[in-house]
Amino acid sequence: MSNDPIHQFHINKWVPIDVGGIDLSFTNSSAFMLATVGVASAFLYLTSSNRGLIPTRLQSVSEMAYEFVASTLRESAGNAGMKFFPFVFSLFMFVLVANMLGMFPYFFTVTSQIIVTFALAILVIGTVLTYGFMKHGFKFLGVFVPSGVPAPLLLLVVPIEIISFLSRPISLSVRLFANMLAGHITLKVFAGFVASLSAFGAIGVGGAILPLAMTVALTGLEFLVAFLQAYVFTVLTCMYLNDAVHPGGH
Amino acid sequence: MFVSSAHAASTTDTTVAQGETHGATEPAAPGTTPDAHATETHTETGVAHESAVFPPFDSTHYASQILWLALTFAAFYLFLSRVILPRIGGTIETRSNRIAADLDDAARMKQESDESLAAYEQELADAKKKAGGIAQTAQDEAKAKADAEQAKISAELEKKLSEAEASIAAIKDKAMKEVGTIAEETATEIVKKIVGGTVDKASISAAVKAVRG
Repeated sequence: MSNDPIHQFHINKWVPIDVGGIDLSFTNSSAFMLATVGVASAFLYLTSSNRGLIPTRLQSVSEMAYEFVASTLRESAGNAGMKFFPFVFSLFMFVLVANMLGMFPYFFTVTSQIIVTFALAILVIGTVLTYGFMKHGFKFLGVFVPSGVPAPLLLLVVPIEIISFLSRPISLSVRLFANMLAGHITLKVFAGFVASLSAFGAIGVGGAILPLAMTVALTGLEFLVAFLQAYVFTVLTCMYLNDAVHPGGH
Repeated sequence: MFVSSAHAASTTDTTVAQGETHGATEPAAPGTTPDAHATETHTETGVAHESAVFPPFDSTHYASQILWLALTFAAFYLFLSRVILPRIGGTIETRSNRIAADLDDAARMKQESDESLAAYEQELADAKKKAGGIAQTAQDEAKAKADAEQAKISAELEKKLSEAEASIAAIKDKAMKEVGTIAEETATEIVKKIVGGTVDKASISAAVKAVRG
């Protein structure tokens, strides 16, 4: 069973909790959510605590993350979008740290669960909808009406815009989930080849060099993917929030 | 409970316990029916193999995952927005303010140094001009003094010269006058010696005068 590439995504109950028949157990997934939040909070807290005018190395890491997210948000949603900065920064840090923690062997990857990424995507879209309607009322529906399109074409364009809006939470969540899942499965499969080939004696060990090299290369790639997907998730969140701040602006 | 036993044959102990619990509560509590139903569908598809339901699509854990995600993410959001972000933002702002202030200071100091350099050069030029003036004045004064001195001395010398000339003339006159007298006396004596008689004094002086021209 140790070679089963799906095994790493299994959810194990650590503390069974049942409320009114609904299973709310504390699982390995919950534990790694806690770990993600704990590691990210501790890192940010410790590196920002000396508030040095000249930043230390780790302090500049957290400041770089801050300015990176701030500039991404400002570029896509403008200064009016900066009120979402804590939200976007939390999302970025959560996804990034969850992805990175998932790179440790035997660790559980929170973002490889579709329900987690879907919940985060719904949170983003829910924020866009709530803020959009609160701030702009019916004018928020201008999101679905691109400017400069002739009236007859609108009959065609508006439904397309609505469908594209509705597909956003799906694409946002599936992109992150599928990337993390596929990457971890691929890693596990190639690492599994190493283990099973080396069982065939000297020739097997020689043959295992290839999948081993592949595993090393894939590990590097997965670190890139872990960062990139957190970044993509953040950028898309910023673009969607832009719709909430400036509806009809595209 | 066919489903439960099939399930029990192929899955782990914890899942069995869960299945049995649901089996027991199903008739007693109608409120839990949807959940129990979900468990049943899960176990039905899970008969053949444990991982027949792909774990990420296993909806039995969705409620728990959503709950714990909500709890942890909300706590994370609150902590970041209340503590971390004001802190990092404050540090960055302090730094950029400080840099801007330092740049302002530097610009101000450069301007000051430029001003003082200009003032210094102006002063230097003034001083040079003044020094030149002073030197010129001193030279002029010295020249004037020397000229005056020279004039005074030459005037004195002139005076002394004319005095000397006057005294020489006086002496010469006197001597000349005495020469006449001496000549008369000498002539008288000579005449007395040679002729041996007295000669009229008047005629002698006339003769002397005639000789002297």
